[in-house]
Amino acid sequence: MDKKSYRSETCVQRSRRHFLSHLGGLAALSTPFTSFTNSLLANAEELKKQHKSAILLWMGGGPSTMDIWDLKPGQATGGPFQQISTSVDGIAISEHMPMTAKQMHHLAIVRSMSTREADHQRGRYYMHTGFVPNPNVEHPGYGSLIAHELATAVPSLEIPPFVSVGGGSVGPGFLGTTWAPFVVSSQGDVKNLESSVSQERLVSRLQMLAAIENRFIQERRGQLPEDHREVVGKSVQLMSSSQLAAFQVSEEPASVQERYGETDFGRGCLMARRLVEVGVPFVEVNLGGWDNHSNIFGTLADQRLPNLDRAMSALIADLADRGILDTTAVIWMGEFGRTPTINGNGGRDHWARSWSAVVGGAGFNRGVVVGETSADGREVASEPYSSQDLMTSVLKALDISLETTFRAKNGRPMKIANGGQVIPGLFS
Amino acid sequence: MIRKYPRKYGGLTSRVEGRLYSASMVLFVFLYHAMPLYADNSSALPQVAFIDSQIEAAWADANIEPVEQATDLEWCRRVYLDLIGRIPAVDEVLQYKNDSSRNKQSVLIDRLLGAEYSYEYAKHWSNVWTTILVGRDTDNRMIDRDGMRKYLQSAWESNIPYDQFVEELLTATGDNATREESTLFNGATNFLSGKLADGGLQATAKTAQIFLGLQVQCTQCHNHPFNSGVKQNQFWELNAFFRQTRALRRFDGGRRVAWIELVDEDFAGQGGDPNEAEIFYELRNGLVKVAYPVFVDGTEISRSGLLPGVLDDGTPYGVNRRRELATLIRSNPLFPKAVVNRVWAYFLGYGFIAPIDDFGAHNPPTHPALLDGLSQRFAEYSYDLKSLMRWIVLSRPYSLSSRMKARSTTDAPDSGEQPHFSRFYVRQMQPEQLYDSLLVATEADHSEAAGRQDRWLSQFVTAFGTDEGDSSTTFNGTIPQILMLFNGDLIQAATSLDQDGFLDQVVAANQTNRDKINALYVAALARWPSSSELRYANHVLLARKGQVKEALQDVWWALLNSNEFILNH
Repeated sequence: MDKKSYRSETCVQRSRRHFLSHLGGLAALSTPFTSFTNSLLANAEELKKQHKSAILLWMGGGPSTMDIWDLKPGQATGGPFQQISTSVDGIAISEHMPMTAKQMHHLAIVRSMSTREADHQRGRYYMHTGFVPNPNVEHPGYGSLIAHELATAVPSLEIPPFVSVGGGSVGPGFLGTTWAPFVVSSQGDVKNLESSVSQERLVSRLQMLAAIENRFIQERRGQLPEDHREVVGKSVQLMSSSQLAAFQVSEEPASVQERYGETDFGRGCLMARRLVEVGVPFVEVNLGGWDNHSNIFGTLADQRLPNLDRAMSALIADLADRGILDTTAVIWMGEFGRTPTINGNGGRDHWARSWSAVVGGAGFNRGVVVGETSADGREVASEPYSSQDLMTSVLKALDISLETTFRAKNGRPMKIANGGQVIPGLFS
Repeated sequence: MIRKYPRKYGGLTSRVEGRLYSASMVLFVFLYHAMPLYADNSSALPQVAFIDSQIEAAWADANIEPVEQATDLEWCRRVYLDLIGRIPAVDEVLQYKNDSSRNKQSVLIDRLLGAEYSYEYAKHWSNVWTTILVGRDTDNRMIDRDGMRKYLQSAWESNIPYDQFVEELLTATGDNATREESTLFNGATNFLSGKLADGGLQATAKTAQIFLGLQVQCTQCHNHPFNSGVKQNQFWELNAFFRQTRALRRFDGGRRVAWIELVDEDFAGQGGDPNEAEIFYELRNGLVKVAYPVFVDGTEISRSGLLPGVLDDGTPYGVNRRRELATLIRSNPLFPKAVVNRVWAYFLGYGFIAPIDDFGAHNPPTHPALLDGLSQRFAEYSYDLKSLMRWIVLSRPYSLSSRMKARSTTDAPDSGEQPHFSRFYVRQMQPEQLYDSLLVATEADHSEAAGRQDRWLSQFVTAFGTDEGDSSTTFNGTIPQILMLFNGDLIQAATSLDQDGFLDQVVAANQTNRDKINALYVAALARWPSSSELRYANHVLLARKGQVKEALQDVWWALLNSNEFILNH
């Protein structure tokens, strides 16, 4: 166990009370410290049951969904993989996803995703935000947006409301730095948490810091100085939080760790469950390596899919067993799919026109397939759905108002999720 | 004080060129003061006057009043950060403060761009350009970052003209890393060494993006969706210029790649006829088309894939495609514009075009005449980057305060409005600037700093996991960065009381506590504390019950952690 990463709970709690008694007079850094104090008063257990969360399993690079969720066996485009039946009659998925197949009754596949961004950077932005990149405004991604909408329901939360395991997400855009992803590795090691001085000295350092920060803010130099003060407050809160234990996957029984898989993605999924349990509204877990321009089938069968299958199935089953799947939306997607045509190097290239995403939990219908593609997978053969539509549906599943509108400083109103339409098949 | 790169001021320097330089400055200052009709020094340069008139005209059109000038010392801190990548040390602040000459701004700029700071200037711009050319990923075996830096350091120390710089990057051959007993080292090869996979897709995209401001990466598969100026065939025709180039993995006995050798070789073409060396690419509908080297402006070069040579009968044949490409890029009108826009955005926070590398009819510039005029002057000035920087930092928009007149303003590019440059936009220091500024603050030894800097930076870099090797940095004002500055190794070194460190010198100085606090403020923020800040500092002194060392350590920690320290303002 990494001693630097966190301290034992009792010690932390005792020192926190001590710490707080010193911070009482620190009106200067008021906002963050007020919420800090309030959080102690809240009944954490009670709130835990009410809060909603979302977990995004982000497949960086653009996974070949027609080799995973929407197979075309026998077609020239189909590749060598066979389908297997699942826990839901009539739904079949890839033979390399046997454990997830047993959890199908918790999930819904959207087989009619159709987008236009087939460049990694643009696709990542578009699928995370619901907007195509625009030089004049940066839009918030799923994590920042959902954390922004749901964090107030969890006043007891002391760790950041948007955690990105393994990076690869997009930023908070116009919502500002305070909603930026908190990026950790799957080892959960949060660096630099230990102060090298006594708490008494730390308090006087923070008071001095507050004097300098506040003076600079009062000089009206824009948003960044204010954001800095707020993030300082959150960092102080994090340094003394017992909730940091949620990052420590190694505290789980060995059998649970094994169930998720001893991989970065497995540990990331397990960490996501632990974070959701303490109230974190949004966790993104990154699994890269889907940009398979060559030798796609060997790579998928031997590496990517076994890793994905183990961790994803363990996460879904675990959330369900613990009764928190009903309040936790799970989203599986990448920036796009891959070409039905298999290229000369035995790979598939970027393809946005017809691909699949998967959702589950929260308010979603379970055990269903929405939409379909043509026999060879080149076209969507039903109503096509966009990033906006998927995002709107996720928000609905989390009971976030679809009427939410953001107003940029210039007064331009911007509808949440770019005004997408709810995907009807995902709700009853 | 221990400094590896001595800086001497307060009189004539010991070096001959320094003496000449200072002597000519004295003469200049004398003449300058003898000419009473001359206005302030910045308008002495016509290029500066041009920038000011263009920006002021745009203010008038938009009915915007600029804010007041930044204070002397705010401006001083800014130019040290922007030109040489670190904050000024205490003696440097005091020297500027005590300079009473009317053209003190020009004097400082000339010094920062002159021989005295040549090493630090080159080191800073080598960091900036390493990120532009090869990104921040430190794991790529096909790139030797030290080799890249060595090349950039020497190129920028010699103030290489920008057009020659780009030509060297585009045409480089040789080893990408230094080795004993080898003379083949050419660090410039690192620009292309990691971009040649899959027929050079990255080389094509990055060359167009960095040097021409054209985003062509998506046209690999289809015509550009909204820039009608870029078609799919153009991507592959540009790509064809890189087909003679190969990055050869070289091994030092083991299986690990030891270095990369970039070479030009004859290209037989995918059809097998080297005199018509074509490549094939696929349209979305599956049709296969053919491409030969044709530049984005439509200029065709020889289709031969053979490198230049001479037949027995004396007839020359063949062509070096990369050399031809470098020549075509240098003479393209977008070439100076792309870099002027980049440099402007670096100093003023926003480009005339945003994103800075997305030129085209779909994305018109905010100040077209200024972009054109400045680009033209830059080209006329032999692509001299130091001149371009001098014009920009002496201009009025760069000299403005970052304080707004009211809580809100119509000049708000951070909320999607077009920038008017009527105030200085506050921004985060780059990680390298912070690192070097903390070194100034610690008076630490600079040796081996580059390697340590890479390791330190790598904790903030996360890769996106695509074949293109993109990455992002969490060094963006978020919690990990704050925690690093609260408790990390670097801050512990900066606030340590080790002998001869900066803090130790302040503690040991024969001064009042108040003067010591002042010294800390000048060192971190290039200003003196306000009366209320002094009161807080006194609280800290009281709280430490006479432990002055510890109290100063606490104040110093707070200063280095403040928004005012970490922001360029």
